[in-house]
Amino acid sequence: MPDLDLFRVLTLQDYNTRIVVGGVTVLGLASGVIGSFMLLRKRSLLGDAISHATLPGIACAFLVLGALGLDGKNLPGLLLGATLSGGLGVGAILLLVHWTRLKEDAALGIVLSVFFGLGVCLLRIIQKLETGSAAGLESFIYGKTASMIASDAQLILASSLVIAGTCGLLFKEFTLLCFDTQYAGAQGWPIVALDITLMVLVVGVTVVGLQAVGLILMVALLIIPAAAARFWTEHLPTMVVGAAVLGAVSSLVGALLSALLPDTPAGAVIVLVASGFFLVSLLAGPARGVVGRAWRQSELRRKIARQHLLRAVYELSEMANHPPSVRRNELLARRSWSPRQLAQTISAAERAGLVVPTEPNAIRLTEPGRRHAARVTRNHRLWELYLIEHADIAPSHVDRDADQIEHVLAPEMIQKLEALLLHQDRDRQPPASPHALEERP
Amino acid sequence: MIWTLLDTQIVIIGALCAMSAALLGNFLVLRRMSMMGDAISHAVLPGLALAFLLTGSRASSVMLIGAGVVGVLTAALTQAVHRSGGVDQGASMGVVFTTLFAIGLVILERAARNVDLDPGCVLYGALEPSPLNTVTLLGWDVPRAMLTNGIVLLLNVGFVTLFYKELKISTFDPQLATTLGFDATWLHYLLMTMVAITTVVAFESVGSVLVIAMLIVPAATAVLLTDRLLGMLLISVAVAALSALLGHLGALHVPGWFGYPGVDTSTAGMMTVVAGGLLAVAVVAGPRHGLIRRALRQLDLTLRIAEEDLLGLLYRFEEAGRTATRPQMVAVLQQAGGLRPWIAHLALRRLARAALVDDASLTPAGRRRARDLVGAHRLWETYLDQHLELPSDHLHAPAERLEHITTPGMRRQLEDEVQQPTHDPHGRPIPRDETSE
Repeated sequence: MPDLDLFRVLTLQDYNTRIVVGGVTVLGLASGVIGSFMLLRKRSLLGDAISHATLPGIACAFLVLGALGLDGKNLPGLLLGATLSGGLGVGAILLLVHWTRLKEDAALGIVLSVFFGLGVCLLRIIQKLETGSAAGLESFIYGKTASMIASDAQLILASSLVIAGTCGLLFKEFTLLCFDTQYAGAQGWPIVALDITLMVLVVGVTVVGLQAVGLILMVALLIIPAAAARFWTEHLPTMVVGAAVLGAVSSLVGALLSALLPDTPAGAVIVLVASGFFLVSLLAGPARGVVGRAWRQSELRRKIARQHLLRAVYELSEMANHPPSVRRNELLARRSWSPRQLAQTISAAERAGLVVPTEPNAIRLTEPGRRHAARVTRNHRLWELYLIEHADIAPSHVDRDADQIEHVLAPEMIQKLEALLLHQDRDRQPPASPHALEERP
Repeated sequence: MIWTLLDTQIVIIGALCAMSAALLGNFLVLRRMSMMGDAISHAVLPGLALAFLLTGSRASSVMLIGAGVVGVLTAALTQAVHRSGGVDQGASMGVVFTTLFAIGLVILERAARNVDLDPGCVLYGALEPSPLNTVTLLGWDVPRAMLTNGIVLLLNVGFVTLFYKELKISTFDPQLATTLGFDATWLHYLLMTMVAITTVVAFESVGSVLVIAMLIVPAATAVLLTDRLLGMLLISVAVAALSALLGHLGALHVPGWFGYPGVDTSTAGMMTVVAGGLLAVAVVAGPRHGLIRRALRQLDLTLRIAEEDLLGLLYRFEEAGRTATRPQMVAVLQQAGGLRPWIAHLALRRLARAALVDDASLTPAGRRRARDLVGAHRLWETYLDQHLELPSDHLHAPAERLEHITTPGMRRQLEDEVQQPTHDPHGRPIPRDETSE
């Protein structure tokens, strides 16, 4: 009965499902929080390097435990080994970055590959020794999400609480560290200690997560939720909470899906769910999403086209002996716009009530349109005057520069320009154009 | 342990693979994309799985094509996420390769579970057994891995030789490349394609650990040793080849050193460890940027400043008609400049050897040198007083630092600026250059 299965899974009646779902959800939450800071520190791949760097520690711990006559796969022992070598890896990265001319990415890659190579050597030796059963030691790195047991989940819960709590307490300090390290240092914050604290938290979450969910999922949980949350907000606390929620929800949904569908590895499904959220955020995120940005850009383009149209109409009707209504082919000749662009811009301006058609192929400014056009023309000419008087640019060359800036001049800027350029005439009319208008192509 | 033909072949295959990776790695390291090898080697999984599903064949050629395509896709997607979303390069790489890897895992688990496709077996080659898989070439039995990695090395050498100029300019100054009318984008993708091919071939024949390490570590070692691109390429390739040889020797012998006699370990793993060791040597003992060299330079500078401070001190003592013993001078310097006694003693010994100081008094040559220094110091104080209007108790410290870097030309300019004064703002006479007197 599949329906019954669905019900059983969703209500978490299975003890196993409950542990797995609970464990990965909490892990996703903690990784989201830490991942946000790592993303802003531009150290997203640190988790990748740390996860690989734990391998020699795990192998060493196994060898040492074996030599001491203990069970080689004693969990606290292996965790200690992993933490120590993960910490060594982070130390090596920091030393390489600070003491040599190598950049962060090279340091990450060096530590990742050399430590992992060392781990591979040690594992090979362990396999050849055949003293204890080494099988399963690799799963410590590759993960065993579906077979997570209660003690794993408890460990994750405890460490996640510690990590989230530390981040909460040091929130202000970490924020400063992420956005302006130099300023933080100048203010007397112990930035090296803070940096190391952050790294310790990353090592902690990685080591705990690694043995529960595996290398790739750990890397993904540290990066993807934070990167996805970045699209939704420019506000750090919101982003951290968002990343935590995204991490937790991806893990929850992924773990449930993997429990429902046969033969789907939980780790992979969680990564895919998180990637799905990332893709949606990349497209639709209001702060930095692709769609939002494209919309804002086209909005700006439309505004610029409208202002160009208004100024063109204004300048034509300003000429001596010109009637207030302007023909379309006159407008076409003034700028390098296509007939289609011009038609679209005109109909948009008509809808906004800025121009009205007079004849089939001619338009005239309405009163609001005239005021708007006068303001744009005024901005344009003020900037032209400024360039001629203060930047020593030839009158024949100022039009194009002013054409770009007229749309973005702020009111304060206009006031400054007026004070600088117009000594007597302070009315709201545009000053006369500093160059002959007919000269234009 | 007896060295056999097999060992030679292992070293040659390892070296070929390492050299081809190291050659391209230089550009990855310089372009700050070192993690690309790691990303590609994880991301090729769905390519392998799909290639297998579509063709039903496990032939290496099919796998290679599938993996190569996904490798290039990884680079392209990373770039797309980075550009369109404004996501940090490292993060976008992380998003892309973990996602692709997860897709690969799901495909393998769901679609290929009925057939014998063990990811561990198909994906992760190993160096040691690679000579056993041979092909016949011109009547010779050649290990297949030697052939494929050799071809890749030739391809990479050809690529770098052909596009040397373009790679150089687009690596060091992409803006310049663009303004010169040369589009760096296609070269970027070409480089990424070569990296993907190199990674995948090496991956299949010798395993992933080796290629990720060899893309980065030899190139990073070379960066520490030279400032020239050509030198860097040569050094990185040499480091790669050396790692192959030492790595295999190490794999055979190192476990014995740690009390595991007769046990050998992974050559690929040991090669990366050796490469890491070579890098560490370069970090510590590099001729120009090494830590030892830098510490020595620092010490030399400290000593030079201590010597000059000592000369100035002796001059001021003479001026005041006092004499000083060596311990007195060391104590004064320690108090004033926080100078450690051993540095002061060393500086005194160097001054005596240069015949500037005789026991605890200035020689004539020393007096001339000291007069220049004190003169520069007092000129600076005058200048700072006149032009910067610093309070008189704030003049000494900056002048103390500037006196060490004042050249004769600067000194003349200073004298003109402050209109040839005879006394400094504290009322002490400014000694003149003997030559100008």
